Amino acid sequence: MAQRVGLECSLAVSEAVKLANADVVAAYPITPQTHIVEHLSELVASGELDAEFVPVESEHSAMSACVGSSAAGARTFTSSSSQGLALMHEILFIASALRLPIVMVVANRALSGPISIWNDHSDIMSEKDIGWVQFFAENGQEVMDLTLTAFKIAEDHRVTLPVIVNMDGFILTHVIEPIEFPEQADVDAYLPKYVPAHKLDPAKPVSMGMVGVPEVYTEARKACLVALEESLPVVREHWNDYAAKFGRQYNLVETYKTEDAESLFVTMGSLSETCMTTVDEMRAAGQKVGLVHIRLWRPFPVDDFLAAIGEAKPICVMDRALSPGCHAGPVATELSSLLFANGKRHYMANFIAGLGGRDVTRGDFKMMMEKTLKAAEAGAPMPCEMVGVKE
Amino acid sequence: MADEGMVSWKSLALGCAMTEPGSSRRFNTGDWRSRRRPVTDREKCIKCGLCYILCPDMAFSPDAEAEGYYNWDSYYCKGCGICVKECPKDAISWQEEKEEDKYGPACGA
Amino acid sequence: MSTIAADAIKNVEKITPKNMPLVEPFSKGHRACQGCGEVLALRQVMKAVGKQVIACSATGCMEIISSPYPQTAWEVPWIHVAFENVAAVASGVEAGRKALIRKGVIKDDDTKIMAFAGDGATADIGMQALSGAMERGHNFVYVCLDNEAYMNTGIQRSSSTPYGAMTTTSPPGKMSKGQATWKKNMAMIAAAHEIPYVATASPAFHLDLMNKARKAAAVPGPAYLHIYSPCPTGWRCGPDTAIEVSRLVVQTKVFPLFEVIDGRFVLTRDIKKPKPVEEYLKSQRRFAHLKEEDIQFIQKRVDEEWDRLLNLCKATNPDAE
Repeated sequence: MAQRVGLECSLAVSEAVKLANADVVAAYPITPQTHIVEHLSELVASGELDAEFVPVESEHSAMSACVGSSAAGARTFTSSSSQGLALMHEILFIASALRLPIVMVVANRALSGPISIWNDHSDIMSEKDIGWVQFFAENGQEVMDLTLTAFKIAEDHRVTLPVIVNMDGFILTHVIEPIEFPEQADVDAYLPKYVPAHKLDPAKPVSMGMVGVPEVYTEARKACLVALEESLPVVREHWNDYAAKFGRQYNLVETYKTEDAESLFVTMGSLSETCMTTVDEMRAAGQKVGLVHIRLWRPFPVDDFLAAIGEAKPICVMDRALSPGCHAGPVATELSSLLFANGKRHYMANFIAGLGGRDVTRGDFKMMMEKTLKAAEAGAPMPCEMVGVKE
Repeated sequence: MADEGMVSWKSLALGCAMTEPGSSRRFNTGDWRSRRRPVTDREKCIKCGLCYILCPDMAFSPDAEAEGYYNWDSYYCKGCGICVKECPKDAISWQEEKEEDKYGPACGA
Repeated sequence: MSTIAADAIKNVEKITPKNMPLVEPFSKGHRACQGCGEVLALRQVMKAVGKQVIACSATGCMEIISSPYPQTAWEVPWIHVAFENVAAVASGVEAGRKALIRKGVIKDDDTKIMAFAGDGATADIGMQALSGAMERGHNFVYVCLDNEAYMNTGIQRSSSTPYGAMTTTSPPGKMSKGQATWKKNMAMIAAAHEIPYVATASPAFHLDLMNKARKAAAVPGPAYLHIYSPCPTGWRCGPDTAIEVSRLVVQTKVFPLFEVIDGRFVLTRDIKKPKPVEEYLKSQRRFAHLKEEDIQFIQKRVDEEWDRLLNLCKATNPDAE
């Protein structure tokens, strides 16, 4: 019988890694990820998780050790955030290029400067092109489930790519939520022993990390690009399979009351839940709004997104990070590009909110939609706007 | 531009790894020699094995037919001259080598 | 004092001219320069340790010359990730295998984990990762192949570049006498981490080098080898001079050969009649600009460091006569 407990979401991540029977955890602490790695240390120390816990001396070494461990054929996990994620930056590209199924939970936190320990998406928005599969979780149950599916997807020989699961720092990491954990036996059946697609083995020597001379670099990148693109149907397949086995369905793009919506919000991460409440309130007041919230960020599910937004209508995109010097926030930039490429006539407005841990309220969401609708009606383009800046 | 790729992207191993160990053997660094090659006078050679162990390119290997002596590999010797310099009996000396004669029989007895 | 290294070393089969290993885990056809002392040292280490190895390389000469796609000179499993992290990568390989062996997924076949890096990747950009790996006590061998500059990128200085040497970022001139600082002593830094085995080696003393490599591989826990690796290209000496220079550097006491076994300093080779450092400095044009006063300064410091090493040997071997 699956267990439902009230547990801090960080600890739920650690428990998922334990259920997944990871072999190696190489991690460096950084607020607000610390509870994840602390609990993993406890699980290893008590013997509940049979793994090597490598207390590396920096995040750059954490990801480097993960690369080594995964290349040796071990199921490998790490976690980081903000500055730590930035410090790993160089190695992230290499991990995916070497096709190593490392799983990492990122506790989304603002990038310095100024230094901030609080939640926004600037850390992960600086890692769009690393070639990893990337998910966004919205609550503790999702983080736990998505972490389990992350191992399954990463290790699938049709994918063999590293996977990031994003969870909002503090908002999720430091909050206790009711979470249902599957039985170990069921997870063992779902996620059997890791069988590497390739590994470092004296019985069958390979050289990994060769010099990519100009005559091969383009082809090497193409191979990785295709691998990432082709992981999309595998993600869908495994999330459907997870639903069949454990009863919770995850979709590449989630929709909330979009069927008859006349305008839409677009969000990612935990703010989606605040937005859902807003949608309910606005509908109760007679406004037909809906929400499209993106769960699979990389590879971006173009077809699912286009299906979700349906016929032309105003869209209010909420970004939780800046893209300084760019005409819009990171998510809006991508969405407007894909709308244009697909001949869509939706009016798009873009708001940047929730930076550095600042709350985004239902009132904020209502204000954003109001402005969007007004501008859509006027037919004039609306420059990207930062919400709630004290002038 | 498409012709500059050496192989189809589909034929690459996972992560662009090289699955054939020691594939560098297909590259004949003997090309790098310029107009001379080291030649061992086996009359002077005392079979000390220094030429073998001091060659950065593994150009010497034990002669299976004459125990204690070493054969020289024209396909890989870069002509650095460490063997010529270090042979304790000055048994190895430079011999002029024409470009067209670069590859072929090993030197020695 | 612990005897973990001494105990392991007792069982190591010594390499002599009579039982020279014939295995070549590093293959012909690599792209190293003519007369490269570093690739020679690498070859000797690999011959000594054999093929039951997983090798990790940092970005640098040895990585570049051994792996231009599609040519790999490695006959053993090998991984290269980045410049400053080979010690962390090796830590991960070691931890991964340790877990897999304990969980019964793979057999314990005594595979040695080895990390290879140049002086740049070790003493500069990779210091942190190396320090972390040594402190955590991973069972691996770290081999620093020291050609005394960032050679692969075009002869720029490192903290391992010797005092007074010319490099492209420490060129001599009116305002400079070349490298302004003394060579960072990585072997001492490794010893300060209290790892079971540290050793210095030179390819001119190839049996000593190969035996130290074997010992390092046999010792449980971290082992650090610092190998003097002449670079004729960067040091401006003839392509045939690598061994000559590797011999001179030891004979002049500029690069002392020693081991640190369970914290005990052991001199490999006492130099009873040292040659003057001037002879060493004159053998390479990277020192050609040095003046008499510079040479004397170097001689003095070399002598002081040698005495300090002898004192360390005495102090850490109280039972020796």
